[in-house]
Amino acid sequence: MFRRLLSGDLPRSRVLACVLAVICLGLLFTPFVFPGARALNVAAKICTFVVLVSSFDLLLGYTGIISFAHTMFFGIGAYGVAIAITRMGPTWPAVAAGVGAALAVSLVLSLVIGLFSLRVKALYYAMITLAVATAFQTLASQLSDFTGGEDGLSFKVPELLSPGFSFSERPFLGVSLNGRLISYYLLAAATVALFLVMLRIVNSPFGRVLQAIRENAFRAEALGYRIVVYRTCSNVLSAAFATLAGALLALWLRYNGPDTSLSFEIMINILLMVVIGGMGTLYGAVLGATLFIVTENYLQDVMKLASHGFAGVPLLRDLVNPDRWLLWLGLLFILSVYRFPFGIVGKLRAKARRAT
Amino acid sequence: MNLSLETRALTIRFGGHVAVDNVSCGFAAGTLTAIVGPNGAGKTTYFNLISGQLRATSGRVFLHGEDISAFSAPKRSHLGIGRAFQLTNLFPNLTVLENVRLAVQSRAGLGFNLWSVWSSHKELIGRAEEVLETVALSAKCDVAAYALPHGDQRKLEVGILMALEPDIFMFDEPTAGMSVDEVPVILDLIRSLKARRNKTILLVEHKMDVVRELSDRIVVLHNGALVADGEPAAVIASPVVQEAYLGVEVAR
Repeated sequence: MFRRLLSGDLPRSRVLACVLAVICLGLLFTPFVFPGARALNVAAKICTFVVLVSSFDLLLGYTGIISFAHTMFFGIGAYGVAIAITRMGPTWPAVAAGVGAALAVSLVLSLVIGLFSLRVKALYYAMITLAVATAFQTLASQLSDFTGGEDGLSFKVPELLSPGFSFSERPFLGVSLNGRLISYYLLAAATVALFLVMLRIVNSPFGRVLQAIRENAFRAEALGYRIVVYRTCSNVLSAAFATLAGALLALWLRYNGPDTSLSFEIMINILLMVVIGGMGTLYGAVLGATLFIVTENYLQDVMKLASHGFAGVPLLRDLVNPDRWLLWLGLLFILSVYRFPFGIVGKLRAKARRAT
Repeated sequence: MNLSLETRALTIRFGGHVAVDNVSCGFAAGTLTAIVGPNGAGKTTYFNLISGQLRATSGRVFLHGEDISAFSAPKRSHLGIGRAFQLTNLFPNLTVLENVRLAVQSRAGLGFNLWSVWSSHKELIGRAEEVLETVALSAKCDVAAYALPHGDQRKLEVGILMALEPDIFMFDEPTAGMSVDEVPVILDLIRSLKARRNKTILLVEHKMDVVRELSDRIVVLHNGALVADGEPAAVIASPVVQEAYLGVEVAR
């Protein structure tokens, strides 16, 4: 049963299985174990990024396509929901219309980019996607009547999901049972479902062809696989999942702007998450996203504690000053890429193989 | 004679260099034709024109009488032209079994199945295992292709071709770089293919003893052009071949 749910693609390392279990349990019980809005926001961000980073891994890790337009599709999903609700009011049909329209736009864009440019070399493809994504970002911030420009759009969500909605007067285990809680669990359920669908796709006969194309496109073609068609399909699928991740993010935040879903910084971050977690494994996306977002959010707190501890030591005190957090974040990532060239999952699996 | 594969006036130019020059040649089912010639004679390029990796500057390729000159490599593969490459051309990080299974899967036309798990298609795996048996690689089915010794990689290359079950088998120096005790595995395989009497086999090979033993016919390419074509004994004896290519080999 479990095996079928995971499409036969088990973690293949006891340590990895434990880490994944801890992450899942942690996300499942966040509202009860870590009280406060901040912890819940971090958990929700991890969920959306698990979907986003997995969809990027489908493209980069499995098919071997380097694209810089991935946040564009993430943004399309988020803007789809934001614009639809702003225009049509906070109703479920508006959400459905927004997601539907966003998927349609992503489909067309990814199909066009794919068909026109997946014939060219990887480097040119990366440059084309970079150009398209930059143009899209500019467009999104210029069309302010529509997208809210640089300020973005704040909107209400359907009542069931809003903080004002409560389905029980009495708090459960000290947590108030309101629309935020429902939102979070719907988001988590959607994350699990989307992740399992992607896991199924990469382990299907189709997913196996994608890996063959990554390994040796020339030979895959000689075997009878039309690589342009497969690459385009992979591009479209990964864009669709990124769009859904964007829609989930917008529904959670009740806001969308260029910096939350379209910025190039997010693009670099998801690239790092895939690489740190381990390309072409999907589980790496879960690890990478969790590790990155937790570090990004809590490193400053740890450093604050440390700088209090080292208050008397001149140089050390300055080095662990919370203002230097980006320096340490950078160092951590350089070290992890250097130590784990195949990502954390790659390392853990190699260890498990050696042990048997 | 019923030709399964034919090239008519096939030519390809790279700038001023004519790599394959006006080659017209037909191949009948049930025969093994050896294509020989010195290095740079255009043998591999001729193969690339037939299996679709390169498009001809002029001339045509026919498969069972149908003009396939405009078809892509994948389409030609589906129509039954199978190719093993001279320079080993595998999926390096995938296992030996997966390398062959992908060929079986392509033949089964399952590439666009997104919703089943690959391992649930037991018949494909079973077929891939059968093929690995015939190329003596069963023991290594879980090894990544890049980790195989050179001789095993050559066997896997041939195994992938076998898994495609084509009508036209194109072997490009299948035994190059193999150790003496590995060569018979491949030669036995080619012999058994020949014994099936309905396959068209094209073989590029430098080892003249192999060519003499296996082939029904020898075609000689020199500077891209067809310079001799006929019975093995007659071709090997002909002066043009002695001079162009075989002089050294015969003397040895």
